[in-house]
Amino acid sequence: MSTDTSERLFGASVNRREDARFLTGRGLYTDDVKMHGTTHAVFVRSPHAHARVRSIDAAAARAHAGVRAVFTGQDLATGGVQPLPVAWLLPNLKIGERRALVTDVVRYAGEAVAVVIADTLQAADDAAELVNVDYEVLPAVVDAERAIGGAVAVHPGAPDNVAFEWTIGDAEATNAAFAKADRVVKQRLLNRRLIANAIEPRATHASYSPASDEYTVYVTSQNPHVHRLLMAAFVLGIPEHKLRVIAPDVGGAFGSKIFVYPEEVVAAWASKAIGRPVKWTAERRESFLTDMHGRDHVTDAEIALDADGRILGLRVDTIANLGAHVSLFGPSVPTYLYATLLSGQYTIGAIHCRVRGVHTHTTPVDAYRGAGRPEACFVVERMVDLAAKELGIDPVEIRRRNFIAPDQFPYQTPVALTYDSGNYPVAMQRALEMAGYDALRTEQAEARRQGRYMGIGISSYIEACGLAPSQVAGALGAQAGLWESATVRVHPTGKVTVFTGSHSHGQGHETTFAQVAADALGIAMDDVEVVHGDTGRVPFGMGSYGSRSGAVGGSAIHMSIEKLKEKGKRLAAHLLEAAPEDMEFEGGKFFVRGSPDRTKGFAEIALAAYLAHSMPAGMEPGLDATSFYDPSNFTYPFGTHIAVVDIDGDTGKPTLRRYIAVDDVGNVINPKIVDGQLHGGIVQGIAQALWECAIYDDQGQLLTGSLMEYGVPKADQLPSFETDRTVTPSPVNPLGVKGAGEAGSIAAPAAVANAVIDALAPFGVRHLDMPLTPATIWQAMQGAPGR
Amino acid sequence: MYATKFQYHAPQTIDEAVHLLAQHGDQAKVIAGGHSLIPLMKLRFAQPAHLVDVRRIPGLTEIRETADAISIGARVTHRTVERSELVTRRLPALSDAAALIGDPLVRNRGTIGGSLAHADPSADLPAVMLAYDAEIVAVGPAGARTIRAGDFFIGLMTTTLHPDELLTEIRIAVPPPRTGGAYEKHPHPASRFAIVGVAAVVTLEASDRVGSARIGITGVGPAASRVTEVERALTGKVPDAGVIAKAAGRITEGLDVRDDLQGPAAYKRHLASVHARRAIERAVERARQP
Repeated sequence: MSTDTSERLFGASVNRREDARFLTGRGLYTDDVKMHGTTHAVFVRSPHAHARVRSIDAAAARAHAGVRAVFTGQDLATGGVQPLPVAWLLPNLKIGERRALVTDVVRYAGEAVAVVIADTLQAADDAAELVNVDYEVLPAVVDAERAIGGAVAVHPGAPDNVAFEWTIGDAEATNAAFAKADRVVKQRLLNRRLIANAIEPRATHASYSPASDEYTVYVTSQNPHVHRLLMAAFVLGIPEHKLRVIAPDVGGAFGSKIFVYPEEVVAAWASKAIGRPVKWTAERRESFLTDMHGRDHVTDAEIALDADGRILGLRVDTIANLGAHVSLFGPSVPTYLYATLLSGQYTIGAIHCRVRGVHTHTTPVDAYRGAGRPEACFVVERMVDLAAKELGIDPVEIRRRNFIAPDQFPYQTPVALTYDSGNYPVAMQRALEMAGYDALRTEQAEARRQGRYMGIGISSYIEACGLAPSQVAGALGAQAGLWESATVRVHPTGKVTVFTGSHSHGQGHETTFAQVAADALGIAMDDVEVVHGDTGRVPFGMGSYGSRSGAVGGSAIHMSIEKLKEKGKRLAAHLLEAAPEDMEFEGGKFFVRGSPDRTKGFAEIALAAYLAHSMPAGMEPGLDATSFYDPSNFTYPFGTHIAVVDIDGDTGKPTLRRYIAVDDVGNVINPKIVDGQLHGGIVQGIAQALWECAIYDDQGQLLTGSLMEYGVPKADQLPSFETDRTVTPSPVNPLGVKGAGEAGSIAAPAAVANAVIDALAPFGVRHLDMPLTPATIWQAMQGAPGR
Repeated sequence: MYATKFQYHAPQTIDEAVHLLAQHGDQAKVIAGGHSLIPLMKLRFAQPAHLVDVRRIPGLTEIRETADAISIGARVTHRTVERSELVTRRLPALSDAAALIGDPLVRNRGTIGGSLAHADPSADLPAVMLAYDAEIVAVGPAGARTIRAGDFFIGLMTTTLHPDELLTEIRIAVPPPRTGGAYEKHPHPASRFAIVGVAAVVTLEASDRVGSARIGITGVGPAASRVTEVERALTGKVPDAGVIAKAAGRITEGLDVRDDLQGPAAYKRHLASVHARRAIERAVERARQP
């Protein structure tokens, strides 16, 4: 990479080209799709968390005006629809059957048992109320810890409700580290259940053409090709090339739109069965009940230290609530995406982690922004703070003493990963300077003397982005390659279309990928179009999740451009009667080294390639390249975030006064977009710390099933963030980028929790679990002596 | 979900609206801003067969001061209340409360009459109406009647408004000199309804003693209620910090406060006393302002 970024498009804060259409209501979302004869689906969902379906009487619904069909699980099974797949396998993973429509036993409240399809949504809504389902209500189990070996089994194939038990790290070495430790600190930590709440609810519009025997499925997907493969080959049993999946504009996802859900399967199958397009859009309450949930861990952690505060060992035992089914990537999130990050930014002698994935009668749990890494960061950063407190040293100092030093990269952790690059002390130092850390501590001491409670929380996070070398992923259980593809097509006029397998659902790829391409080709951004989200247009793709688009998808684009430049050089050399090895390409021009006046412009070469009137021997016409980029490693963004909170001593209400974030996401393609990504992630992380939490009652009813109960963050609850970056390019990929989409949600929960707990130190509070509500804080304040 | 089917009516006059209400009885619901009713209809918890839209009826959108009272039309939005100079000056507890309802979008559509008639147990305005001893004007087939706020809120989403009556106006007597009011609330982090909200209206005598105090609470219990224990504890006393704190401590006496997702009953009782203290302190402060 050139280091001169002053005039380059790569690194420029270009406004998002997507925004004009979004802000003026011209986006095309799945629910906007309407075809001739489109019908509307409404799902009949179980109100019970655990029940046997004795019978379904749909006669009245079928007789209702405007109703085209009512289908049950039995209809789909008879029609050959297979259970939903699991795409990440662990050793001895027990997978119970999960069907798009339940055939026998309902396992969470909201699971669909039938679908009503009608000419209007109103008719479908009305008729759905007429479907009479006879349920035999069964006892439910909701708490994962109690579910282990309890009386009620969610799936007969896992009678103790444990779907998997998995370990990582060296148990013996960890035991040895604890044996020689001067101090051991233990804590139970909860990471509660979250619900993604993308602004656009999930939706699908499926149609079938008898003329071509093809299905076209619009669906809110982060990975349309993955959707196509899984739906065609595993669920519907139709030829993959006869299914086109289009994920048009998608309004946020946060992981929740990775998965193949029952609704798109049913809509696709039904569109052929009834000979009409079928549309479904979730209501918000369906989003709460049926979008895959996130997190939900109970963790017992122990950290072993020497007398100087150096971390010798970490032992972690986690129960991950999987919900009612093993979701598509559910097994990977609390294992490989979690426990492999338990070394944090620190040199820890030995780590051992056991994870049990446990079924309960709740919505299945899978990836949600950060997916495993926020859970790991929370464990590490809370335990480090607890250790500092135990040893009486400042939280900054304990981090400093244990940071992996800049000269230790690449750094092999005790939990499988090799960190690519980093400079942790510098990022923390910058954050401390911005915060005015010492002055804050002075202010805190003064406030405490006056009976006011402020807290300062630090979170030095690591994350792993850019999933991943396919070979490694495969060895770990992924049933997919995790490369990315890109086709860069140069048109005869020199205009360029980039077809990327990444998918943008808020990330701004149409802007950033155009920047990458225009920058590399020395052409105007307006000459580059970015196409994504359509299996009919894009060759193949793995989609966007795990902050992988820039690192993996962007690198695939880079590779294709390199191929184009190579071909262009050979063609230009031919036309200029020069040797190909003497050709240079810069600023949109091919020229002979040393003779900058002997040039061919990019558009000239594009035209020459398509005219093909004069080509070097053996060269094919056209200028078009496809690449599949498979990274050699993850990338590892890092940084330090600092939160400053004030606690209302009367009510326990925490107010976030300041939030400082210094992130290192490697090279930055578009600072404005990266800022936006970080801000959004930080907001979701703060929300987890303070407000968001999915709560079930003992019968498996979701008590926080609407925006009136579930505390999504609002702008007026937040301070202006103070952000900066350090730049440590990733050596893994040619762009030197790392990933920015999840950093905030990984760092922020621990930063805010550490701040609140720090504020409560005068009350003898050692730890509190999120969400840190006023009631939780106030009760903690009452528990202390002297108040 | 789509609401169940209903007949939509758009009367041009109060009489016409009342006639429709009389005709359809409890099959009919009045709609203005729709911010309470429409969500219930979309969940099909409410399934009115007739909707009587009162937005075309002139004269329900004014705030004005008469010789002895401030009159607020039923269709005045929360935003208008919040921004009214007259309300801020005369009825600061009401302007406090209006500014804390929902968010700007809700306040721009939701109406004072709609909120009172809906009588959500966690709504802000009922506590304020009790503290100001407001009169609610209802027009029925037999003409208009006024209902004291204290007689209006009788249970969970239940008022003494008859199905054939239209709430048209809120009247609040112009408070005497040296009167201050304030509303303090602990909002639910998601809905922003009151986990607890307390409205206090205090009139000071020349001696600086409390001549009268009226306290309303919302968020705890099935309906907003007046708390006479606190009022009695203030009346006749110089409202110093100790007096106020002691009085505020009685805010949940006689109330059935329960544990819920927002915290245990003990916390909510405490929270109520904190907000009662803060509301009374600010009301007294405002009463002392010239």
